[in-house]
Amino acid sequence: MNIDSIQNGIIIDHITAGKGMEIYGLLDLGKLDCMVAVINNAHSVKMGRKDIIKIDSNIELDTDVLGYVDPNITVTIIRDSQIVEKKHLSLPEELEGVLHCRNPRCICSVEQELPQIFRLADREKRTYRCIYCESTF
Amino acid sequence: MTNKYGIDSVLSILDLSVEEIDELVATAEDIIENPQKYAHRCAGKKLATLFFEPSTRTRLSFEAAMYELGGNVIGFSSSDSCSASKGESVADTSKVISCYADIIAMRHPKEGAPMVAALNATIPVINAGDGGHNHPTQTLADLLTIKLEKGRFDHLNIGVCGDLKFGRTVHSLIDAMSRYEGVSFTLISPNELKIPDYVRNAMIEKGIPFVETTDLESHMPNLDILFMTRVQKERFFNEEDYLRLKDSYILTVDKLDTAKQNLSILHPLPRVNEISVAVDEDPRACYFKQVRNGKYMRMALIMKLLGV
Repeated sequence: MNIDSIQNGIIIDHITAGKGMEIYGLLDLGKLDCMVAVINNAHSVKMGRKDIIKIDSNIELDTDVLGYVDPNITVTIIRDSQIVEKKHLSLPEELEGVLHCRNPRCICSVEQELPQIFRLADREKRTYRCIYCESTF
Repeated sequence: MTNKYGIDSVLSILDLSVEEIDELVATAEDIIENPQKYAHRCAGKKLATLFFEPSTRTRLSFEAAMYELGGNVIGFSSSDSCSASKGESVADTSKVISCYADIIAMRHPKEGAPMVAALNATIPVINAGDGGHNHPTQTLADLLTIKLEKGRFDHLNIGVCGDLKFGRTVHSLIDAMSRYEGVSFTLISPNELKIPDYVRNAMIEKGIPFVETTDLESHMPNLDILFMTRVQKERFFNEEDYLRLKDSYILTVDKLDTAKQNLSILHPLPRVNEISVAVDEDPRACYFKQVRNGKYMRMALIMKLLGV
């Protein structure tokens, strides 16, 4: 299967197989008016199978969301058919608007307009702590 | 924590360094010795006590502290008597109160509410208790009591008994005392009311020795301090659970037979029935001294945050 190469855009590569559509939804890529290709189950020497997303435009990407969903992802920026930047993601130190505190005693449970901010609690366990009530998820 | 306006607030005991706690304890000891020296330190300043849930001790302690510093107090003592009942957010309330007062003491049933206030206020905020989360000024009272009774903070085995899950005073005390050398904890509670994971994990990460047990009596002889707590009815969603657990530990004179002669018994109060009234006569009972100490530490903290 052939997908056109990108002249100016972004390649989100090394996505764990099966997570491509989740990332497509989280980044709201369906609202873009440029070409977006989601490739599921692509062959990978390292991973066996992987998903890839190609975006035919240099949009602003929320790499915190990507790092949280799948820290193995790489993001490659293409300009004039040249790779100008390759980012290796990791779990972000802070997440805003991605997780929601599930503690019914947290102030977030009654004041729902508050920004939902979480700080990384344990990198190995991939847990985050609500800045208000300190519950970890 | 320091907010975007550069204003310092105290939301958790960990907002104060060990050096700052030592400084507050020293100030409190000086207030006890020389109260007149501090009688006008806060003249012309106003403390706003924003109490969104009932409190006797803490609110009156803050108010007494401010009056003894020569300042004034404004505020409310339940969410029914403020604009929260009209749906005003904590952020808006704190911005409004910043226009009237010089410092806020806030109690709120929801965890993290004082953090929201501190992020938005242009005056310092003191957390006077947020749900089952933190209660740093109670811990300051505990610390002054420990210092006055033991003469030190290090090398103590601290027993904490009762509701360790929802007991915010417990979490703050563990945070504070974990920073001193040679301190270990004996955590005594029913299985349903054990310390939350985030408190346990923090102790493990810091390498603090602790044991978790359901048995008070067998650990009594080893304790230097026994911090008793109330099973808090207001933290339960289910009354049946509260009724089943509320009488789990009752400290009586008999149970103190095996305790050290220099044990110090602390309790954040109010007491329901977890310490028998007969124990009040035992010289090891320190909980009423703790109340007085709380006022001195709040005086020291108010002065520190106001820079006076």
